[in-house]
Amino acid sequence: MKRWRTSGEGGWPWLAAGGVAVSLLMVVALLMLIAGRGLAHFWPASLERVTLADGAVIAGEPVRHVTTRDGRDEWLYRTGNRDLDGRTWRWLEAGDIVSRTRPGDLLELQRERWGPFIGRLVAVREADTTVIDATAGSARRWQALETRLARARALRETIETRRRETIAPLARQLAAGTASAEQRAAFERARDALTGLREALARDSLVLESVDGRRLEQPLATVLDAWRPNAMGTLDKLGLWGRRVWAFLSEGPRSANGSDGVWPAIFGTVLLVLLMSLLVTPFGVLAAVYLHEVARQGPVTRAVRIAVRNLAGVPSIVYGVFGLGVFVYGIGGTLDRWFFSEALPSPTFGTGGLLWAALTLALLTLPVVIVATEEGLARIPDHQREGALALGATHYETLTRVVLPMAMPAMLTGVILAVARAAGEVAPLMLVGVAKLAPQLPVDGEFPYLHLDGKFMHLGYHIYNLGFQSADAEQALPLVYATALLLVAVIVVLNLTAIFLRHHLRQRHRALRH
Amino acid sequence: MSVTLSPRGASAEITDFDAAASCFAIDGLSLAYDGRPALRDLTLAIPRHAVTAFIGPSGCGKSTLLRALNRLHDLDDTVGRAGRIRLEGQDIHAPDVDVAELRRRVGMVFQTPNPFPMSIYDNVAFGLRLQGIKRKRTLDEVIEWALVSAALWDEVKDQLHTSAWRLSGGQQQRLVIARTLAVQPEVLLLDEPASALDPISTLKIEELIRSLKSRLTLVLVTHNMQQAARVSDYTAFLHDGELVEYGATDSLFTNPRLARTENYITGRMS
Ligand SMILES: Nc1ncnc2c1ncn2[C@@H]1O[C@H](COP(=O)(O)OP(=O)(O)O)[C@@H](O)[C@H]1O
Ligand SMILES: [Mg+2]
Repeated sequence: MKRWRTSGEGGWPWLAAGGVAVSLLMVVALLMLIAGRGLAHFWPASLERVTLADGAVIAGEPVRHVTTRDGRDEWLYRTGNRDLDGRTWRWLEAGDIVSRTRPGDLLELQRERWGPFIGRLVAVREADTTVIDATAGSARRWQALETRLARARALRETIETRRRETIAPLARQLAAGTASAEQRAAFERARDALTGLREALARDSLVLESVDGRRLEQPLATVLDAWRPNAMGTLDKLGLWGRRVWAFLSEGPRSANGSDGVWPAIFGTVLLVLLMSLLVTPFGVLAAVYLHEVARQGPVTRAVRIAVRNLAGVPSIVYGVFGLGVFVYGIGGTLDRWFFSEALPSPTFGTGGLLWAALTLALLTLPVVIVATEEGLARIPDHQREGALALGATHYETLTRVVLPMAMPAMLTGVILAVARAAGEVAPLMLVGVAKLAPQLPVDGEFPYLHLDGKFMHLGYHIYNLGFQSADAEQALPLVYATALLLVAVIVVLNLTAIFLRHHLRQRHRALRH
Repeated sequence: MSVTLSPRGASAEITDFDAAASCFAIDGLSLAYDGRPALRDLTLAIPRHAVTAFIGPSGCGKSTLLRALNRLHDLDDTVGRAGRIRLEGQDIHAPDVDVAELRRRVGMVFQTPNPFPMSIYDNVAFGLRLQGIKRKRTLDEVIEWALVSAALWDEVKDQLHTSAWRLSGGQQQRLVIARTLAVQPEVLLLDEPASALDPISTLKIEELIRSLKSRLTLVLVTHNMQQAARVSDYTAFLHDGELVEYGATDSLFTNPRLARTENYITGRMS
């Protein structure tokens, strides 16, 4: 590459370089913002015990400090304890705060219901008898909680595996009426064993006290996690942070407000993009091959080309409408009438689902693949084609043995662009089958393994839901950042995979010339 | 498509070969691109087991004529043609002719070396695999034979499975010749095969052309007069789509019958 040096021509090269720098800076700043906000959410922040001027005491995590328009300083505290207070957040005026301390025994519990608890552990009870009480010292109480929490976690896991691996298949057979007497007995036994496990899980409970002295008894079975941030070293905190991030990534959502894990959404996004690529690549490549290698070049091909390029500019929601009308109601409705009529009026394919969403996205990205592939075909010198023909190859053999392998990197470029465009699309999906909550993965161990008619979750739509549909905006915001970061990461990983594949292909025939 | 035919059949008298000894017999061939004539009423015969050179200024139709011989123009539907070409007595445009088979019999080497982006081995095996030959032993044998014939074996025998694009330009051109030889063609068309090469590679290619004469018929397009004089047995001088003079290379270069030919070979016309 030649470098066009300009001297004494004024500052325009600096202007151009400045443009690049500003763009880069904006991208970096954006990523840092969402990464910082998203990842900080999982850090076990220190908890404060705050005494107010009127003598009231509260405990919580200081989240934000703002100065209002009329000049007052205010702090936002995350106080938890929604079951006691009826709210999770509190604004405190800085002037009202008398003292702030960080007592080591303040703990935060993550619970199945009512959100977090912030306060102190008073006693641990086992089947109605107090085994560890306030006289035992806070370290011993905490230790008892930790061991019992580990036990509860193990029990919960056992119950989950049993339910999934033993009970669910038997229950399916029972429901279908194909179970033998032996299997019926096995089902009863398994259910009894499960009841036993559930009773064991319900054995322990915790007596908790908020900093202002209100007590409550919390069954340990409903406690998901517990930590004492003020008593933790950085390394411990890092460990907990990792565990919470992992839980966010690997677990399903527990409630409709989408406040927990996003695994089904990650899975749905990746699966959707893979399906889309599988659908769009053959069609796009065939179309490009027809346009460039088969069709007689003339006004018609030129018009088709212009049309294809313009299709790339159609707003994605329009594709969503098309997908709803043609795929869901048209094709899906017809399929239902022909093959699933016994299930009507509840639709099987006549409703949004994975297949229709993938097809809609494939349609949306088709122009990108066609254009990229055609450009790749145009770059292949004619003498390569003639070389094959001159050896007695037919047109078809020339295409499959010389032209298409050479155009492979260009096709992959098309797929990369398609993935980049499709992975971020949310609008059309809302019409053709994305679900707010679908903890069931569209892939499972049950025939036909991939359930193309099923609803699915999607990171992009999940972001929308968190941001606009959740009851607790303060709590949802960091999750919006975290999910956005995850969406970017997923797209980057998908793209890198395709780029790696393309690089690998190119490497196979690294040319000295050409 | 209408083709403007030259009114003067100037070339008819120069066919001084016995039809039985000729490989290609071209009869009244005219060819036009999109209505613009590129060849005008050519009649000539190309003798078997000899090197025939087409010379003439750039744009006079040498490549066009060469590509007519293996029907490469078929791909381009703007090309119009009149006249007949016979290969060993058979009209190559007859409806029952299999074009792929014709092109296997009439191999072609282009101006730019065009090895495929595959290994050296796979390049030479390409035409054989098209014919359905899969046995490794057969492939190995034919590939070695072809590379030896193209005087490339010694240079590449240890790197048969590396990319053909790693070879130098001259080696690539010999590889393309080997690739063509592997399918055992009867005719080898060479379109300025050495014009993109350095002098040493050019000499190697010329030597190769001479050595192949005993096995097949060669047709060479060149703009290099010395090259035509060095390697060819017969030379046809084309100008502006017409065949001006055609005869044994020795007599054409030493004693051209027409002034136009003399002017061209002595360099007074380019
Ligand atoms: N594919 C083509 N389409 C249109 N015109 C062509 C094409 N190929 C060659 N020509 C024209 O035909 C004439 C002969 O070309 P060519 O046979 O390539 O000449 P040469 O090989 O002797 O230099 C030239 O005027 C050239 O511009
Ligand atoms: Mg030429």
